[in-house]
Amino acid sequence: MINGIWLGMILIGFVFAAVNGRMDAFTAAVFDGAKSGVTVSFGLISVLVFWMGIMRVAEDAGLLKKIAKVLGPVVSFLFPDVPKGHPAIGYILSNMSANLLGLGNAATPMGIKAMQELQTLNPDKETATPAMCTLLALNTASITLIPATLIAIRLNYGSSDPAAIVGTTLAATAVATLAAIAADRLCRRLALLRRPPGPPAARSGDSTRGNTPLPYSSLKG
Amino acid sequence: MITFIPLYAFTRKVPVYESFVEGAKDGFGTAIAIIPHLVGMLVAISVFRASGALDFLMGFIAPALKGIGVPPEVLPLGLLRPLTGTGSLAYTTDLISVHGPDSLIGMIASTIQGSTDTTLYVLTVYFGAVGIRNGRYALKVGLFSDIVGFIAAIAVCLLVFG
Repeated sequence: MINGIWLGMILIGFVFAAVNGRMDAFTAAVFDGAKSGVTVSFGLISVLVFWMGIMRVAEDAGLLKKIAKVLGPVVSFLFPDVPKGHPAIGYILSNMSANLLGLGNAATPMGIKAMQELQTLNPDKETATPAMCTLLALNTASITLIPATLIAIRLNYGSSDPAAIVGTTLAATAVATLAAIAADRLCRRLALLRRPPGPPAARSGDSTRGNTPLPYSSLKG
Repeated sequence: MITFIPLYAFTRKVPVYESFVEGAKDGFGTAIAIIPHLVGMLVAISVFRASGALDFLMGFIAPALKGIGVPPEVLPLGLLRPLTGTGSLAYTTDLISVHGPDSLIGMIASTIQGSTDTTLYVLTVYFGAVGIRNGRYALKVGLFSDIVGFIAAIAVCLLVFG
């Protein structure tokens, strides 16, 4: 799907540029886009380096394991195929809480770190696991408590009540998050159904972790 | 958090500085690893916008929205938001400065901008960092939740401020 969207955007862009006589703009846009890709990546270096350092300290101190133990039940509901006590859980939780607080900058490194931990559980390194898809779904919808940037902009333009959008944002993100979790669950099941039938041990009532022959499924009791 | 984590680690006899540097090393490599992914994605988005294709798409959907009482000015935001964070932030700022932060349009725009995340960016960065090529259904789920978030943001604002 990402292949289709990428190619589609470039082809449609090319056709429109040709029809509108904007070929100059098209070429300029190619290099603009490439440049901002590099700029954004470089801008991320400082944040990534710093937060990944802090997160390693937290991991070495055993903090992540502790958090994972306390909030584990929530995560094991959302990520049924990540074994209990796996370091990924700690990172997933810190990513979720950073998103909740609207700390966009801090959420990205933690999300990447969580992805890297999930990748260690992945039997096919080029294909996303269901857990990775769930993590993305939570991140794109991300419940937000304090939309700090927007409050600042509203203040800047003389709003009488800059924080008036806190309630509406929370409501909208809650709905979006529920939709994301539901859609993720549905896709997870459909993906399982589409696979060829697994070993006889996988019964129909066991659909969330039935016939995916992943090596870590044996870690679950 | 920035002070609590190292302090806590120190009491646990963790060599905090060495541990920090060890983890921080990963950050650099990760940032470099996502460059090709981001360049590819941002080029496509930039081309799509500059060619006028995005404007065309918006002109197509706007009249339909007007019919159900939704200000058409906020529509571009729904299309921009999953594609580009800075682009949609610029658009939101523009809407707020033209219509005022406390107008219905200003409220809706603020809520939309605050609610969903830049799906394509998140997908590119997260999957790019670990080298995933086949994202399975992740994009579908992300875009679906964007649509739901967009509709929910408008509905809540019409209800509360409308």
